[in-house]
Amino acid sequence: MPGKLKVKIVAGRHLPVMDRASDLTDAFVEVKFGNTTFKTDVYLKSLNPQWNSEWFKFEVDDEDLQDEPLQITVLDHDTYSANDAIGKVYIDIDPLLYSEAATVISGWFPIYDTIHGIRGEINVVVKVDLFNDLNRFRQSSCGVKFFCTTSIPKCYRAVIIHGFVEELVVNEDPEYQWIDRIRTPRASNEARQRLISLMSGELQRKIGLKVLEMRGNAVVGYLQCFDLEGESGLVVRAIGTACTLDKLSSPAAFLPACNSPSKEIKEIPFNEDPNPNTHSSGPSTPLKNQTYSFSPSKSYSRQSSSSDTDLSLTPKTGMGSGSAGKEGGPFKALLRQQTQSALEQREFPFFTLTAFPPGFLVHVGGVVSARSVKLLDRIHNPDEPETRDAWWAEIRQEIKSHAKALGCHAVVGYSESTSICEEVCILSASGTAAVLNPRFLQDGTVEGCLEQRLEENLPAGCGFCHIPYDELNMPFPAHLTYCYNCRKQKVPDVLFTTIDLPVDAAVIGKGCLIQARLCRLKKKAQAEANATAISNLLPFMEYEVHTQLMNKLKLKGMNALFGLRIQISVGENMLMGLASATGVYLAALPTPGGIQIAGKTPNDGSYEQHISHMQKKINDTIAKNKELYEINPPEISEEIIGSPIPEPRQRSRLLRSQSESSDEVTELDLSHGKKDAFVLEIDDTDAMEDVHSLLTDVPPPSGFYSCNTEIMPGINNWTSEIQMFTSVRVIRLSSLNLTNQALNKNFNDLCENLLKSLYFKLRSMIPCCLCHVNFTVSLPEDELIQVTVTAVAITFDKNQALQTTKTHAEKSLQRASTDNEELLQFPLELCSDSLPSHPFPPAKEHLESASSNSGIPAAQRATSVDYSSFADRCSSWIELIKLKAQTIRRGSIKTTVTVEKASPVGEGNFRNRSSPPCANSTVGVVKMTPLSFIPGAKITKYLGIINMFFIRETTSLREEGGVSGFLHAFIAEVFAMVRAHVAALGGNAVVSYIMKQCVFMENPNKNQAQCLINVSGDAVVFVRESELEVVSTQQPAANCQPSCTGGEVTT
Amino acid sequence: MTSELDIFVGNTTLIDEDVYRLWLDGYSVSDAVALRVRSGILEQTGATAAVLQSDTMDHYRTFQMLERLLHAPPKLLHQLIFQIPPSRQALLIERYYTFDEAFVREVLGKKLSKGTKKDLDDISTKTGITLKSCRRQFDNFKRVFKVVEEMRGSLVDNIQQHFLLSDRLARDYAAIVFFANNRFETGKKKLQYLSFGDFAFCAELMIQNWTLGAVGEAPTDPDPQADDMDMDLDKEFLQDLKELKVLVADKDLLDLHKSLVCTALRGKLGVFSEMEANFKNLSRGLVNVAAKLTHNKDVRDLFVDLVEKFVEPCRSDHWPLNDVRLFLNQYSASVHSLDGFRHQALWDRYMGTLRGCLLRLCHD
Repeated sequence: MPGKLKVKIVAGRHLPVMDRASDLTDAFVEVKFGNTTFKTDVYLKSLNPQWNSEWFKFEVDDEDLQDEPLQITVLDHDTYSANDAIGKVYIDIDPLLYSEAATVISGWFPIYDTIHGIRGEINVVVKVDLFNDLNRFRQSSCGVKFFCTTSIPKCYRAVIIHGFVEELVVNEDPEYQWIDRIRTPRASNEARQRLISLMSGELQRKIGLKVLEMRGNAVVGYLQCFDLEGESGLVVRAIGTACTLDKLSSPAAFLPACNSPSKEIKEIPFNEDPNPNTHSSGPSTPLKNQTYSFSPSKSYSRQSSSSDTDLSLTPKTGMGSGSAGKEGGPFKALLRQQTQSALEQREFPFFTLTAFPPGFLVHVGGVVSARSVKLLDRIHNPDEPETRDAWWAEIRQEIKSHAKALGCHAVVGYSESTSICEEVCILSASGTAAVLNPRFLQDGTVEGCLEQRLEENLPAGCGFCHIPYDELNMPFPAHLTYCYNCRKQKVPDVLFTTIDLPVDAAVIGKGCLIQARLCRLKKKAQAEANATAISNLLPFMEYEVHTQLMNKLKLKGMNALFGLRIQISVGENMLMGLASATGVYLAALPTPGGIQIAGKTPNDGSYEQHISHMQKKINDTIAKNKELYEINPPEISEEIIGSPIPEPRQRSRLLRSQSESSDEVTELDLSHGKKDAFVLEIDDTDAMEDVHSLLTDVPPPSGFYSCNTEIMPGINNWTSEIQMFTSVRVIRLSSLNLTNQALNKNFNDLCENLLKSLYFKLRSMIPCCLCHVNFTVSLPEDELIQVTVTAVAITFDKNQALQTTKTHAEKSLQRASTDNEELLQFPLELCSDSLPSHPFPPAKEHLESASSNSGIPAAQRATSVDYSSFADRCSSWIELIKLKAQTIRRGSIKTTVTVEKASPVGEGNFRNRSSPPCANSTVGVVKMTPLSFIPGAKITKYLGIINMFFIRETTSLREEGGVSGFLHAFIAEVFAMVRAHVAALGGNAVVSYIMKQCVFMENPNKNQAQCLINVSGDAVVFVRESELEVVSTQQPAANCQPSCTGGEVTT
Repeated sequence: MTSELDIFVGNTTLIDEDVYRLWLDGYSVSDAVALRVRSGILEQTGATAAVLQSDTMDHYRTFQMLERLLHAPPKLLHQLIFQIPPSRQALLIERYYTFDEAFVREVLGKKLSKGTKKDLDDISTKTGITLKSCRRQFDNFKRVFKVVEEMRGSLVDNIQQHFLLSDRLARDYAAIVFFANNRFETGKKKLQYLSFGDFAFCAELMIQNWTLGAVGEAPTDPDPQADDMDMDLDKEFLQDLKELKVLVADKDLLDLHKSLVCTALRGKLGVFSEMEANFKNLSRGLVNVAAKLTHNKDVRDLFVDLVEKFVEPCRSDHWPLNDVRLFLNQYSASVHSLDGFRHQALWDRYMGTLRGCLLRLCHD
């Protein structure tokens, strides 16, 4: 009996009128946890009832504490008929279960009804007394901290980063149970909300158990998603990175001692208990025992949820390879070996982090991704979700092998997603192959000498760009040069990654959001035929998305992409691809060449004129973009670089040999300013469209920047004004002329117009940057496309920006040059003396062999030839499209497409962020941001994870202002509920906020609509840098006085 | 390609002041977009008409959702759905309750009933203010009226407390409520030259001096249940005003009063001879107005009477404002020297307010 949950219902306000006769309400409250229910008295005839109830006490297992939400129902008492429900509040009490987080939940919560929305507020106080639990074989994992943030949280230090944890649980979807036919929509919605809440709790607890087994105490980069598989069930799955975190002492100074009694009770079992048995509940000090240094996670990460019991009963011991680390020499080879062995312990050496502690990331190989098309079948036994587990295991295995092919032993910035349409499901996973520093993967004892060596070893500004793979045995044809920064190591000409830009990366100019958008029509089909059709389309989608990205990157005059996220969504009759990334110019990589247009129709004067006109336009755009993004790389003469750029003769021959069909090619100017030109061949209308679409992307209006990473390269003087927003658009396609081109245009316009609207709406914030712009696209119905964008606009100080970027650039240059010298002393694995006599394998062959492997029907292969001839010219960047044979087994069809990109890496921590103190922080305001930080402020405390799921339904759509009015109100309500929960925890912001799902369905004919939203983030307390002292005295009040917090929130 | 759904929701609710004004002015979305286009915003920002349309729709939707809360401004402060900085909240409320001079002149003193609401069409046509805006303004008046109607204590304070208006606006509403409650006639042709400000000024003086609330602090009132409100005129006081009649009914008193005033003002007044000739008429007019106030009908005609009996005679003789002031001061002060007159306090309460009102009413 390890926990006592105490709940007090204080008061309500703004209740709706439930009794028409008196215009008043006789409200009372039911408080339910698990199977126990308490009731307050009925407070007669008031819209602002003061219940001031006694403390309702629930005595429960901590397993239940983790799984169950506290359920508060407000009802209107009715003597003669059934009591009417006013609404509910679900409170996740998880934040109360670990020390350092919240001690009490107290405040005003919106009373939510799935049909009517928010109906008044209720003031509730919740506390938990935890008792010490000596049972080692328990099922709970209280004390493991969860963070959505995909970097090491600000007031913590990573002692060990253990690695990947994953879990999934499945259940029947209440919406599809037989009982749903006879119950009200409200009952059905509530059953769903409750079930997902329960499943989330269970999932989190199970992941927590795995973390404890790995001797960790926290999960960072926790991403939980649910898949609505319809008839076949409901899957809730989560991935994260297990870590051992150590609280930094300095910010703790700002934490006022809270005088709430519950805090003391809580802290005893976790922090001060002398009993060593409790270490598993999350010691905040690093474990020094070498035995535990490597988490034997192989078994854990593969556990299906059903076998957790066994797991906790059989303690696994770590393998001893950590000892190598102790004696580890300074040589990189040895280091690598070590890391490799460290990582080989894990079945999946994956990290969901996108930003890393300094020195963690050594090299970056490129983006690895895998997709697979599956047919959904009913999950027969929810306790054995083996199929779903096996699906993901396959994909992860795929990712792992791709990383290996790139000479990397780990994958960072890893994420997984699904897209479901009817019974077809596309599973996707992607990440960035990387070589990591073993220091963080094991015990802190090794730190000593190794750490020092390493830091000397790593050129900070460019080290991550250096290729990790063997130059002579490259996994794909790439165009290597010596690093433009240190000039000692090889770098690729372009880098694609899924991570954030490392803070110490030397960047020239500013970055910008780059998107590739694509639609492909697909025949309507059933089951396997449908899955096959999708599988066949996928590789082409991937290919085109990458082509677009590359073209747009070149057009911007940049050479690297960060935060790349490719989303492929499936609908009834089409597939949509949307890739977003932040383009930058990395100083270490070569200057990108221009884009060259080649026409195919011979001897047509007007046509050639047209071509040259287009060429001019493209060149102008590139020049304009370079100016816009302040890309002025220093001129470096060829001799200094010792450029391995192939002789022009060789290049042109290469080209000619591959495109003999073209008359124009020989006349192409291949020495486009000494750089390799990127050739676009306009051989049909499609290609023309492509070029046109390239030029239709309008740059943001002046004063605006946008990126999808945490911070904008080149801007570092943020002011404190932030505005997080969500924007949703749905368009209906006219079904008449559905062609790929028309679709592409519609989709492109949709995204562009959406961005334009955002710029217009936020114009008062100029100069400002839209950060963490997150687009999601879905196809809710036949002819509907839905795009949802969440981002944060942050203003910055223009004048300061110029200065700081300058000094920053200078610094990084200096650092780079010193790095060079240091590097000389350590001969590295890559044979830098081998001259680049590039054995370019003709990409054409590559592709064709791939396509024949994959058994693509002849008709489609014909198109692929076009692409491949196109690809020839881009052999330097389109490296490989590997189509795995599609096999149809047991009713499931799988295609895996991998595109590997040479690319750089990010370790994003934000030390350098300096922003002027902001003036007004209004009390009670809760900030929300998708970023992991708040500009101009210090996060002093993490209060716990916010993970909320809401359903809203209406049968009076027109009356609520149509679909727009309905969704607008719902999203505003979701924000309000998130803010209220954060405020009740004593927090004043949500960081790493994400809207993971926004499923919108409408039926205008029936005047009905339904929407499901899932959001998550980390509740935090932040203090303005300018107000550190002042606020520290005020904080306790906010934390401990229930009545106060309520008032504050509302101002 | 048609847009089915298009929304933008910020964690902090975005308020565009210009669009808010257009919304308050009752323009439809398309009219508002046209007006915004005309303002040159497209050229300034490089936006397209479609963007403007979407933006305007979005703001309108937000305002519609906020409107419910604006009906009870304290709710806006305590609600959790829209996170709006306090300064913006104040702006939203203040603007929502701001009314058009032209509109208020049409309804001032009218009963805030359904009947009047039906006439809003005509008012809209007459003033050029959109019907929607007229309705909002009318509903605001009515809502404030309903809330403070039964309340005791200072009218302005009550309004401020329940509607969180600025001091200035709360005073204006107090005047509107006061006029509506007492149904003062303001629409007559001869009153057309008066602005809302003139009436509001008078209302404030009357509330301060002539209502029950004005004497509420006096411990003499044993019955706190009585209409201890700023909205109703002090009935007892109105009854007592009959006593003033003696000033014009008693010929000696009237002559004495005249001679006192004339002596004091001789040589100081540009229009002395006119004053001297008109004194008895003016005095009779002012005192008779007082004496008649026992009847509701006459209370309603207060301003008409004042203009007829005092302002117009002065105007026809071209009295300069300063002369009016000198006259009124002397006229009220001289009564203190009338030995036979016993209602000095009553006179001061009456004349003190009336003097202020008359001075304000004397303009072109």
